Amino acid sequence: MTRLVMNQDGMAPWRIVRGTLCLLVAVFLLAPLFVVVIISFSSAPFLQFPPPGLSLRWYVQLFSTPAWINALVVSVEMMVPAALLATIMGTAAAYALVRGRIPGARLVMACLMLPIIVPGMITAAALFGIYRGLGLNGTLTGLVIGHTVLNLPYVLATVSSALRVQDSRLEQAASTLGAPPWATFRRITLPLILPAVLSSLLVAMILSFDELIVSLFVSSARVRPVAVQMWSNVMGDFDPTIAAIASVCFLFALLVLVADLALRRGPRLT
Amino acid sequence: MIENVLELAGVAKRYDAVVAVDALDLRLQTGEFLTLLGPSGSGKTTTLMMVAGLQQPDAGTILLNGAPVTRLPPYRRDIGMVFQSYALFPHMTVRRNVAFPLEMRGLPKAEIARLVDEALALVKLPDHGDRLPKQLSGGQQQRVALARAMVYRPALLLMDEPLGALDKKLREQLQLEIKRVHRERGISVLYVTHDQEEALTMSDRIAVFNQGRIEQIGAPEDLYDRPATRFVASFIGDTNLLPGRSLGTSAGLCDVETAGGRLRAAVRAPIAPGVGVVVAVRPERLVVRPEGEGLSGTIVDVIFLGTARKYVVRLADGTECIALRQVSDPPLDLGNASVRVSWDIAHATAFEA
Repeated sequence: MTRLVMNQDGMAPWRIVRGTLCLLVAVFLLAPLFVVVIISFSSAPFLQFPPPGLSLRWYVQLFSTPAWINALVVSVEMMVPAALLATIMGTAAAYALVRGRIPGARLVMACLMLPIIVPGMITAAALFGIYRGLGLNGTLTGLVIGHTVLNLPYVLATVSSALRVQDSRLEQAASTLGAPPWATFRRITLPLILPAVLSSLLVAMILSFDELIVSLFVSSARVRPVAVQMWSNVMGDFDPTIAAIASVCFLFALLVLVADLALRRGPRLT
Repeated sequence: MIENVLELAGVAKRYDAVVAVDALDLRLQTGEFLTLLGPSGSGKTTTLMMVAGLQQPDAGTILLNGAPVTRLPPYRRDIGMVFQSYALFPHMTVRRNVAFPLEMRGLPKAEIARLVDEALALVKLPDHGDRLPKQLSGGQQQRVALARAMVYRPALLLMDEPLGALDKKLREQLQLEIKRVHRERGISVLYVTHDQEEALTMSDRIAVFNQGRIEQIGAPEDLYDRPATRFVASFIGDTNLLPGRSLGTSAGLCDVETAGGRLRAAVRAPIAPGVGVVVAVRPERLVVRPEGEGLSGTIVDVIFLGTARKYVVRLADGTECIALRQVSDPPLDLGNASVRVSWDIAHATAFEA
């Protein structure tokens, strides 16, 4: 008993060091975010910290500048279909590759994972080259297709690991009980992997909203998502509007993360 | 009604180089409770999986109610299946689980409700319909699985070690329940287990599997009293195996020379003189007396089992054999230095070693 107490005493300094280190890392990572959010409410016309006064003028500016509104609309129009398409295709691919008996399934899986392994520049340049022949550069369709390809690996990874955890005997049981494959998928498999499917849908939306490289190559002055608009804004002369849009992006990501957390906390079905 | 609900002819299955099931022939009569019994890896589960359609045989045909189903997927075979892991759908209530096969068959709602009630009553869980599987005990979950597998009255009920995950008391209770359900519904059952006691308790007939083949198929009494092979003799029940050498066979009886003396035992086929044999005798058939006829030995241990006493007797050649005596019989002492062990010839069987 005494030894145990002594041991705990001996551990205490380490615990303090460890706690301090973790705190420092968290501050280091999060502080810039808060600085950006605070600057977005600044009354000064420059990026200045701490701000001399508070105002909402940069938000007013943001939502009254046609270029930013257009960029937000393009981002949503691109992100929602790209995330949905990637989720549907990724889930279907995961189901086929994990449950089916497909020769070379591992190879197919590896190929589908390529977009997160290959440097973004290469994917972007390749898409740009292909799109030139198809006339897809600078179109919403082009952006949606590109982002679907980029999102697919995340969906595939999330859903296939959910499928691997799921007992395939449940599907066998459904089959012996008279359920054809589609009914088995709809009534048994899908409800059980739904948290993973929705989670990957949300993550795909964040990734898509945030993605710059492919968007930069494929977009045009008229079809320009938020990330590209921010990029060109930062390249030119910029004011706290950029902080306002960054805060909007941050808020969006935060909401999605909370939604995702709520999904994962929901009834765990094993 | 078709006489054989299930018929397997020349069914074979191999995994890479390993033969799992080897040219299997099997018939299951309508209404019969047939158990596939064997050690793990003997092919019994593979056979069941092929009947279910969850595995494809490499050769042979499977007839269900007289119609070939060899290439049909599980959902187009008229079967029900109970898994060792229960395989209840975790996101559905007990009622929804039991209703699932009926919904797949497109029955009207009222009819489904009636059949589900009936099935839950049959497995004695009428008030558990609104619970989720994880809110039930293992035994209750397996009853739900049983109700789900038979609510639509399939031609054949398949059970893959359904009681393997339960403790002994519950297992014995559920054995009797499954037996009762089988009797009341007159359903045909193909049951897989590695537990020979369970097989003896439940089955009309037992097929003993070993290395992908059926060693013997018959009523429990047949297998116990008249094992066809040494494997069956030692796999079902406890058996004393006494090594010896054949002196020749006449009229279905083989004379055997053992270290403890000469004896006679029944044989299925004549064994030539000079061939090494083992003689199998059940412990409860051994008679141990202080003196008289038989092999001589000494009692080295006495174990009290409640209903019986188990005597460990060391024979002259060092072989130990087990004898069971009712507790009501007068006990023999460890001190009885020398005893005689004998048995009725009809209860001894000799096999080539």
